[in-house]
Amino acid sequence: MFLINCPYCGERDQHEFKAGGEAHIERPKQPTELSDDEWAEYLFMRKNIKGVQFERWNHAHGCRKWFNMVRDTSNDQIKLIYKMGEKPPSE
Amino acid sequence: MAENLRVKSSEFIDETIRVSFKFNGKEYYGFKGDTLASALLANNVHLVGRSFKYHRPRGIMTAGSEEPNAIVQVNDNTDRTEPNVRATELEIYEGLEASSQNCWPSVNFDIGGINNVISPFLPAGFYYKTFMWPASFWEKYEYFIRHSAGLGKSPKDKDPDIYDHRYIHCDVLVVGAGISGILAAKNAAKNNLKTLLVDEKNELGGATIYQNREFNKIENQSSSDWIKKEIQELKKLNNLEIKTRTSVAAFHGYNYLLARENLTDHLEKKEKQGKIRQRLLKIRAKKVILATGALERPLIFNNNDRPGIMLSSAVKKYADFYGVVSGKKNVFFTNNDSAYESALCLHNKGIKVEAVIDIRENSGSKIVKAVNDAGIPIHWSHTIVDTKGYKKLNSISAMKLSNDGSSVTGSKIDIVCDCLGVAGGWTPAVHLFTQSGGKLTFDETNKVFLPNKYSSEQISVGSCNGDFKIKEIINNLSINLKEFLNIEKTDFDNVTVESEDDNSKRNIWLLPSDKPLGKTKPFVDYQNDATAKDIKLALREGFRSIEHVKRYTTTGMGTDQGKLGNMHALGIIADTADVKMGELGTTTFRPPYTPLTFGTIVGRNVGEYFDVFRRTPMNDWHVENKAEFENVGQWKRAWYYPINNESMHEAVQRESMAARETAGILDASTLGKIDIQGTDASEFLNRVYTNAWSKLGIGKCRYGLMLNEDGMVYDDGVTTRLGENHYIMTTTTGGAANVLGKLEDYLQTEWPELDVYLTSVTDHYATASICGPNSKKILNKIIPDLDLSEENFPHMSFKDTQIENIKCRIMRISFTGEHSYEINVQANYGKAVWEKCMEAGKEFNITPYGTETMHLLRAEKGFIIVGQDTDGTMTPIDLQMDWIVSKKKYDFIGKRSLYRSDTMKEDRKQLVGLLTDDPNIVLEEGAQIVSELNQSPVNMLGHVTSSYYSPNLKKSIALAVVRGGKNMMGKKLFIPMENKTINVTIANPVFFDTENKRLNA
Ligand SMILES: [Zn+2]
Repeated sequence: MFLINCPYCGERDQHEFKAGGEAHIERPKQPTELSDDEWAEYLFMRKNIKGVQFERWNHAHGCRKWFNMVRDTSNDQIKLIYKMGEKPPSE
Repeated sequence: MAENLRVKSSEFIDETIRVSFKFNGKEYYGFKGDTLASALLANNVHLVGRSFKYHRPRGIMTAGSEEPNAIVQVNDNTDRTEPNVRATELEIYEGLEASSQNCWPSVNFDIGGINNVISPFLPAGFYYKTFMWPASFWEKYEYFIRHSAGLGKSPKDKDPDIYDHRYIHCDVLVVGAGISGILAAKNAAKNNLKTLLVDEKNELGGATIYQNREFNKIENQSSSDWIKKEIQELKKLNNLEIKTRTSVAAFHGYNYLLARENLTDHLEKKEKQGKIRQRLLKIRAKKVILATGALERPLIFNNNDRPGIMLSSAVKKYADFYGVVSGKKNVFFTNNDSAYESALCLHNKGIKVEAVIDIRENSGSKIVKAVNDAGIPIHWSHTIVDTKGYKKLNSISAMKLSNDGSSVTGSKIDIVCDCLGVAGGWTPAVHLFTQSGGKLTFDETNKVFLPNKYSSEQISVGSCNGDFKIKEIINNLSINLKEFLNIEKTDFDNVTVESEDDNSKRNIWLLPSDKPLGKTKPFVDYQNDATAKDIKLALREGFRSIEHVKRYTTTGMGTDQGKLGNMHALGIIADTADVKMGELGTTTFRPPYTPLTFGTIVGRNVGEYFDVFRRTPMNDWHVENKAEFENVGQWKRAWYYPINNESMHEAVQRESMAARETAGILDASTLGKIDIQGTDASEFLNRVYTNAWSKLGIGKCRYGLMLNEDGMVYDDGVTTRLGENHYIMTTTTGGAANVLGKLEDYLQTEWPELDVYLTSVTDHYATASICGPNSKKILNKIIPDLDLSEENFPHMSFKDTQIENIKCRIMRISFTGEHSYEINVQANYGKAVWEKCMEAGKEFNITPYGTETMHLLRAEKGFIIVGQDTDGTMTPIDLQMDWIVSKKKYDFIGKRSLYRSDTMKEDRKQLVGLLTDDPNIVLEEGAQIVSELNQSPVNMLGHVTSSYYSPNLKKSIALAVVRGGKNMMGKKLFIPMENKTINVTIANPVFFDTENKRLNA
């Protein structure tokens, strides 16, 4: 059970949060101009890494804000939390 | 006359208080402080159960939570009955009744003994190979197996007890109150850290408290006297909470632990009443100190499972702590010095020790010398090759071990005995450590797995960290605590410790016998009856992974999770497969450490508190008017309103006709309502709905369909434009929360530039929907000065108005196809407005209808219900709702997916109407539809999604999804049911008033 540091509320128990899948997958600005394959890439393809992964989380039972998390899925260590719209760390 | 095998009184047992209890129907007594196991042993009862597979007699083996055999059913045939209770942990109380769990029909009668005789035919994997195939035979085996399997009985009645949950946040949690735990907790608390100390036992002090080890001295006192003083001081500390009878069940990530605090299980029945039985502690600790100790290992030899064969440390604990004599003639069998402590302890209490069998060649330690001086014969380099005695051990046979330990030589020594204490070394209790995600390392010298990499702010101290001698425990604890707690000193930095320092051990995982392995029974897992032979068989059959061997042989899969035999199983696998134990790894220990009862897990969330439910403001009226309710999400919705013993069908038929013939009224308060404001509100709706919103006039309503990005229908509802930058969206009852979440997600992450604000207002409004030809007259009576003309208040528009002085919002929208009005008022006026409608509608026989009639009426009109007629695989095109998909809009959620090759296929399942050839047959929802009856395999075209008998059309109607159904209008299809085939024809899904004339009637 994670202890998650919401960037707006502080440390809260995991059960207040909802996981929202891989982060930094931007919705294409012009979907109609994409091929089926390109659209499928956006729609379906997710990395699901064993290791360091960038994720979206939502403080659903709190401030309801979405934010980003860098988590090592192999040991569940949360490396970093940063707000939506902020650039992901390079390393 | 019951026996009472006690030595001179123990300070932990109150011999002045006798406690009567029943075991397997027979009356016994023990004393206050006894566990069921200690009391039974005092009564010379060793046989407590039968083994799982071979039904072999089994006795008490241990004195703790690792017990594999003495598993009992408590208070059978009462509402407090509980299976899987370990007799070694169960404190006796007046009136306790317990029985052996695996002993059908009785512990002394051998029904499954037949399995023991035919055991060559019951090897590993036997259950998989035999009973599971052929499948049809399972029913025949099942009765026999289930009865003799000893899995315990769950209570049939409601649990009468109260359970509780409590959150605890602390700086330091210390698990285990042995010497390490006591010292750790004391020093944490003394350094101003808020500390919680828990232990599964009822006494603090672990083994140190009773083990008067001859050669262990702290500050020149016996270690037990010294720890007692420490405990006295500990109890005076302020920021320390101590919880005994509290077992940590799970250690999750981020130092989140679950513990069960047992509050009344040791109390008499009358004292249990009205008290909380168990409390689940949800602990979040900044730092965790595991001081969980070590479990003694048995040795694996032929017939090592007879009643009377116990762990050496257990024999000692029963004598020291409970004052109980486990046997009158004791033998110890060991590979290290531990057994000598037990032997000496018994000897000093005047209990006879016949011999010590030691597989080592010798040991020169002080304790061994003391045993020797006591005149107890020691047989070096010997192993036990067999044991005798069916329901109770009566003798053992030993032989000399070969130098390499793989075989035996010489002649047999037979020793008559009734108790054998076995000492195979110590296994650190690393279960919680591994649960937390910690990684182990294998210590080749001591043959133990030790904590290596921690996954959170925690340390393991004492014997669970591999420190077995009191000197190393105290020295290492002092160093580790200072570093972990970041403190300068501990209060035991300078204590003087004397302890026996001989660690010599000869480790042989599987001890040889004079008979070959196939003819012996060396049990590795007592609870699941797995022998060394089974493990070797699994390896021969090609299993290599420890996790596979575990499942195939069931080793370690009992309620004890193989706490005793796991290491031996690993050792035997490693030896046989010739791999290193460290490389083999270990099986995963999963929570809970010991079984938890469901009551503890659910706590107070039972009965009406099981889940949250929501009631509408009109709920009381529905109850008074005898509505039946159905659950829709968390809502309790009125389902139908039966009058004079009407069946559901009769009530729904009456309600449906009334709604079309005169007037009906529905409580629609549960529909999700989202208030949308902001200068970009119209643009936002354009992006989330399939149709266009920019041109919707203020005061107008529009139906919208919302898709997922994959193009599948997600939700629907009517949205009303209240002002230039202000809308109110309605969603389905069940979808409200998810729709809000999805909209917020897009606003926060994809379109943060949009100026839009969302507020859930579902609970703020109550909604009464009146429909039918007389609805207009009824509304006119309620609000006489509102102009209800088509010009002023047409279909799909709304009015802000007042009912007397209550503000209300009226939408002229319809889900039934009838002329209707949805009256929205502030929630607390809901019931008053509903009653006003009923009063005004009385002369028109206004009829309240529930969700079932609503479903029927909309099905007559072919309106879909998202989640009933759709299932996450339906696009609007599949639903034949092309009209609602804007061709002009550049983009909206899911638009691109509607042009994927897959979503454009002609033979997708499409929504159609179905009519039965016999208009009186009502189809079953979910029934499969086919075009050919005698095809193999059958080509399944789709299924029925909604089906009703329409009282207004006087025939059966249905909606269905059918592969390529759009182009099958008029086609005859079949619905094969269990005992008949129903002929159906594909029809237009709009069955009633296809021209929508009634909307404006
Ligand atoms: Zn928050």
